[in-house]
Amino acid sequence: MTVSDLDPRLVAEQPGLAGAWASFRRRLRQGELGTLPVIVGIAVIWLIFWVANDRFLTPANLTNLFLQLVATGTIAIGVVLVLLLAEIDLSVGAVSGVTAAVMAVLNVKEGWPGWLAILAGLAAGALIGALQGFWVTRFRIPAFVVTLAGFLAWTGALLLVLGETGTVNLTDSTITGLTGTFFVPLDAWLLAVVVIAAYAGAKLWERRKRTAAGLPVPPMQQLAIRLVVIAVAMLVTAAVLAADRGLPLAVVLFIAVVVLVDLLIKRTRFGRHVLAVGGNAEAARRAGIQVDNVRLVVFTLASTLAAAGGIMAASRLFAVNQSSGAADTTLNAIAAAVIGGTSLFGGRGSAYSALLGGLVIISIQNGMNLLGVASSTRFIVTGLVLLLAATVDALSRRGRQAHGRA
Amino acid sequence: MAANGAPLLELRGVSKRFGAVQALTDVDFAAEAGKVTALVGDNGAGKSTLIKTIAGINQMDEGEYRFDGQPVQVNSPQSATGLGIATVYQDLALCDNLDVVANLYLGREELSGSRTLNETSMEQEATRVLKRLAVRLPSVRIQVASLSGGQRQSVAIARSMLGEPKVVLLDEPTAALGVAQTAQVIELIRTLREHGLAVVVISHNLADVFQVADTIVVLRLGRQVGILDAKQTETDEVVAAITGAKAGDEPQSMEVTDQ
Repeated sequence: MTVSDLDPRLVAEQPGLAGAWASFRRRLRQGELGTLPVIVGIAVIWLIFWVANDRFLTPANLTNLFLQLVATGTIAIGVVLVLLLAEIDLSVGAVSGVTAAVMAVLNVKEGWPGWLAILAGLAAGALIGALQGFWVTRFRIPAFVVTLAGFLAWTGALLLVLGETGTVNLTDSTITGLTGTFFVPLDAWLLAVVVIAAYAGAKLWERRKRTAAGLPVPPMQQLAIRLVVIAVAMLVTAAVLAADRGLPLAVVLFIAVVVLVDLLIKRTRFGRHVLAVGGNAEAARRAGIQVDNVRLVVFTLASTLAAAGGIMAASRLFAVNQSSGAADTTLNAIAAAVIGGTSLFGGRGSAYSALLGGLVIISIQNGMNLLGVASSTRFIVTGLVLLLAATVDALSRRGRQAHGRA
Repeated sequence: MAANGAPLLELRGVSKRFGAVQALTDVDFAAEAGKVTALVGDNGAGKSTLIKTIAGINQMDEGEYRFDGQPVQVNSPQSATGLGIATVYQDLALCDNLDVVANLYLGREELSGSRTLNETSMEQEATRVLKRLAVRLPSVRIQVASLSGGQRQSVAIARSMLGEPKVVLLDEPTAALGVAQTAQVIELIRTLREHGLAVVVISHNLADVFQVADTIVVLRLGRQVGILDAKQTETDEVVAAITGAKAGDEPQSMEVTDQ
């Protein structure tokens, strides 16, 4: 460490791979669990369903599973942003329904081209989010109440937009193509390789910059191990998907949004301000951050992402109907964010928790459907998993406090 | 000292009233560059009101505010910051979930060409500032949550130094700190003085005050009752000034006397 001579009582990272491993184990013991519990959880869930029904881990079912993940996962990314502020958005499901209906009606009844109707749906989402965010910041009403009111109002608006028929069927190739387009095997492999290369390049460039600036860099082996893990995960996914219909466009879009939002949180001034407001709003205010503006933008983004998720769901279903974005959409999205490791207490979390937590929720749904389990059991199990995840969050928070890391 | 021999920061005849309460009456206060000025007084003596007036949070009803020998108008925290006056409040206003670098640069993050955070440059500069202040931390990338009280105080002070201030106001910097951590913060205050800053410290702890202060300004019931040279003053005299008793007096009698 270049800052100063080390105080021997302080635990600093020892150089080299052994030091990295030791500090990883120490962080685990102190409650910095990161994504580990959820990855273990996914492995356990997949193992259980695979033992119960060997069709679960076939390429065809996994492709379905990933397609099912897209809508819930996209909505959950917005929920992650709101949770980072230590706020909540209960309206995301209803917003996903009403914005999909706006898109469907504009496309089918008004004859707008597919791409324009999609943009209109997204814009409607942004508008709704800005309105809710305005209400939260201007009148200082808890987001819980504002978005609960939103949930009711937008559910009503969905019925209003759909009109008497109650269902709008989608045939536009742009809209259905969102979830109906598959990249043939070669493209899937190519994409995987490009992404791995881009990731490795970015990491190496950053490393070079830090070395040039005389800052400490993590051991090369650590980077290599991380690269290998990511490369294997991507190549296995590509191989599995290529064995069925190919790599779905929707999955590519979803992962791209996850990566973009992750970069937004970790690498931009806005993201830093979101984390600061979630960690200590008063400190953020005193540091000159426009706390209300940050909140307004986050609620706008959350509803826009909810709209994107609703559009994906509509594209997959070929229709928007009165139950689009019904109650369990919101709850699944919030559960996904929390199960994925985003803290309910604000300031801690990552866009990847939408992906990982979404995988848990969708795997349970998909697996239980495959086994023909009644929805009653499915709801109960999902609820228990959510409770378990929130307990892990609370306990690890307590562990962090006990070790002075809260 | 400013070029014309006046103190860097000087307040003359400051009065401040909150409703029925006369918080400050005709208070004079000065802080010189390269010196530590301690502001002491009992609860309700007006220390916080005076600091808030200097920091631009309160506006004085009467009085004169001079900076670098020139009369100035300070009517907002921004105008105080603009003059080069940094304030570190007792509740440190740090984000526990962010690392040291992020906290130092909170609200003034540096961006690189691609509109993303320039972490390399911020970490370099943060390392430089912490080194200059001789602040000892396990890593500048450690979450503030895992730092000790003294380290957190050091981070808060280091953050105020990033704006290259000329005056630093520290509100109870050693309150709630252990012995070793207090020593760490006292050392940091000495470092600030060596760098030529005018340091103003509010403190209840006279032992700490005598360790580090050059001048002790005593407030009592909203009035300035003494400007003492720390080198030539005994603790008793300061206590006497704070409580209003004369030095060497027996403890005040508890008897109720007729008015």
